[in-house]
Amino acid sequence: MTVVIDRTKPEAPKTGPVSAAAKARAKGFTLGLYKPRTPIYPKLVHGQWRRIKWILLIVMLAIYYVTPWIRWERPGALPDQAVLVDFAGGRFYFFGIQLWPQEVYFITGLLVIGALGLFLVSAMFGRLWCGYACPQTVWTDLFIYVERAFEGDRNARMKLDAEPWSFNKAWRKIGKHAVWLGIGFGTGGAWIFYFHDAPTLITHFWIGQAPATAYIFCALLTVTTYAFAGFMREQVCIYLCPWPRIQGAMLDQHSLQVTYLRYRGETRGPHKKGSSWEGRGDCIDCNACVVACPMGIDIRDGSQLECINCGLCIDACDEIMDKVERPRGLIAYDTDAAVAAREMRQTPVYKLLRPRTAYYAVALTLVSALMIWGLTHRSALDLHVLRDRNPMFVRLHDGAIRDGYTLKIANRSFEAEDVQVSFVGPAGAKLRTPGAKVAGETLSFRVEPNEVRAVRVFVTVPAAAIDATNMPAAFSVRTGRDAMTVKTNFLSGAANAP
Amino acid sequence: MSHRETDEHSGVETTGHEWDGIRELDNPLPRWWLYIFYGCIVIAAIYWVFMPSWPGVNSYAKGMLNQSDRVDVAKQLEALQTQRGAEGAMLRSASLETIEADPKLQAYALAVGQSVFGDNCATCHGVGGTGSKGYANLRDDVWLWGGSLQDIQHTIQVGVRSEDPQTRQSQMPAFGRDQILKPAQIDDLTEYVVALSRRPANAAAVARAAPVFAEQCVACHGPQGKGNVALGGPDLTDADWLYGGNQADIREQIWNGRGGVMPAWQGRFSPETIKALAVYVHANAGGQ
Repeated sequence: MTVVIDRTKPEAPKTGPVSAAAKARAKGFTLGLYKPRTPIYPKLVHGQWRRIKWILLIVMLAIYYVTPWIRWERPGALPDQAVLVDFAGGRFYFFGIQLWPQEVYFITGLLVIGALGLFLVSAMFGRLWCGYACPQTVWTDLFIYVERAFEGDRNARMKLDAEPWSFNKAWRKIGKHAVWLGIGFGTGGAWIFYFHDAPTLITHFWIGQAPATAYIFCALLTVTTYAFAGFMREQVCIYLCPWPRIQGAMLDQHSLQVTYLRYRGETRGPHKKGSSWEGRGDCIDCNACVVACPMGIDIRDGSQLECINCGLCIDACDEIMDKVERPRGLIAYDTDAAVAAREMRQTPVYKLLRPRTAYYAVALTLVSALMIWGLTHRSALDLHVLRDRNPMFVRLHDGAIRDGYTLKIANRSFEAEDVQVSFVGPAGAKLRTPGAKVAGETLSFRVEPNEVRAVRVFVTVPAAAIDATNMPAAFSVRTGRDAMTVKTNFLSGAANAP
Repeated sequence: MSHRETDEHSGVETTGHEWDGIRELDNPLPRWWLYIFYGCIVIAAIYWVFMPSWPGVNSYAKGMLNQSDRVDVAKQLEALQTQRGAEGAMLRSASLETIEADPKLQAYALAVGQSVFGDNCATCHGVGGTGSKGYANLRDDVWLWGGSLQDIQHTIQVGVRSEDPQTRQSQMPAFGRDQILKPAQIDDLTEYVVALSRRPANAAAVARAAPVFAEQCVACHGPQGKGNVALGGPDLTDADWLYGGNQADIREQIWNGRGGVMPAWQGRFSPETIKALAVYVHANAGGQ
């Protein structure tokens, strides 16, 4: 059973506490086009989901801050940073993999895998990404932690905000914003290390020697982190992020999501210790789930766009259920289908394998396999042939025709390669490159690791072998491991003119 | 002294100026405008101190920063030399052969050479270096003054028929214009030269011209017409003609004895630029 919430109609007046979002919505109906932000003061909860969120927060921040400092030995003058997006050098390094700009489709593939992975996880487990892994969630959590450290928990913060300015209020606010800005700066500061050699940049940054882009992006991320995690918070999820809008298409009645067990909770109402639970629901309307919610919603209204499935209301409710000695799980990760079944006193069925999840899984497997195949089978050798256009050909004293070509030979491996170049075309063609002593059938060029070498190659064809103004030809390159052929033309002009 | 009064409608004093019954209100300047104006005055004063400003009789106040576009250009040129760095220094010391054989130096020399060629040489020799009638083709394998790296470098340095005392020098007499030979003899010689390049020619005329050729032409073009690179005498037996290879072209050349001028570039270019240019020309002619 899916609960449909029709927001086009004013809500029926509710009794008891009202969520911040409901208050804001009520205001929004009367105050024109834009909804004023209602401050949300999430209350600290304790429980398994909160613990998992803390652990993930630490793990993910650690990954973010530590990654640029991991070293990875590469030969020669190549950077020794494991993960490096080297815009200046036009390379992307990821441990043993290095990508060139023309291989950007691997990044596209990675994004496709990311999207499909998100689809699959959403269809099976709901918005786990939003609740646990999204940077917006992680940094907001961290900022709220700081806020709590300076201003105390929910009630203290609400009281402080309502107070007139005082020394006490000022130092707490200044302290909070200073630490927030510090974290923002740390975020932007770590970001730029992904684009330059970290140990070099960290010293250059402070003595004013770093590239302008480093300062610009550091400042940009400082500001966005401060604004997004400090001020905008849930508004980013609700108004800026497309994912909550898209995910409606991923979810169905078998997707896990944070659910209030309406059949078990209603009829809700305050409960006096010792009185009977007969004829009423387990929800004592204590509002613990509402005050814990970082999105400012009331989960008891059913599944809603704002809900990021973080599970903090579950922890809050479980704590209360323990106190009133009712079973836990009045709010729980559950599926609409299972809830409906239990309401009918049937055994709930969980279906992870559904056509939807199967499609996503198959697509994910296919794209991943394609990517891995592409990565493992890509050629380390690449060739581009540019035929001279001015002059298109040169006639020599004996009537032979010579065409000039520029060959760009790319060596994407980490070892220097001796590349053999040969020409397939008119008979008797001889190859020569400036600086070489003799002309021959093949030429050999040493291409340094991770470099493109541009070489001039002149092809001379004797007059007797020329029978057309434009003859098909090709250059072949080969190393011990790879080979490649690129088509071109041999132009001879009016070959038989005197 | 103009008459000041207060405007009834707005309550603002007027300036007392009146044109055709229209009076001007004396509204104060907007504050923001006024402050910017004051700011500009302050900045102007600071500018006088630091930047070149006041003209003098023979010179001008240079300002504390000593800013000068001339100095900037000198600095930029210096920076360019520094930026060229190792390759630029190597270009100075390495031999032409080394430059052409070393991948990095070659790439550098080709880049420098291409740019210099485009700016200075392409006017006559063409962007592709193929020349045109009267201007030598630098892409083929025919060289009037030698096609080795050293020969090319020397030709660039001293030029051809230039003002340089060492210049490459050759002068074909204007056999017709200066009446050294008779028109009929020139007609016969034309046939002779056509025959030299293995094309059908009038046999009788060729026979008549043989002694004239031996007397007048062999000194530079050689007894077989193969030319002489040391003297800049062109080979008459190949398919390459500086002033055109058909009969009329050949006759005109014998008649007028034309010869172009190439400027000497030493003194205009640094030695390393000439080296780069020599390598560029040599490499693009097939590098033989």
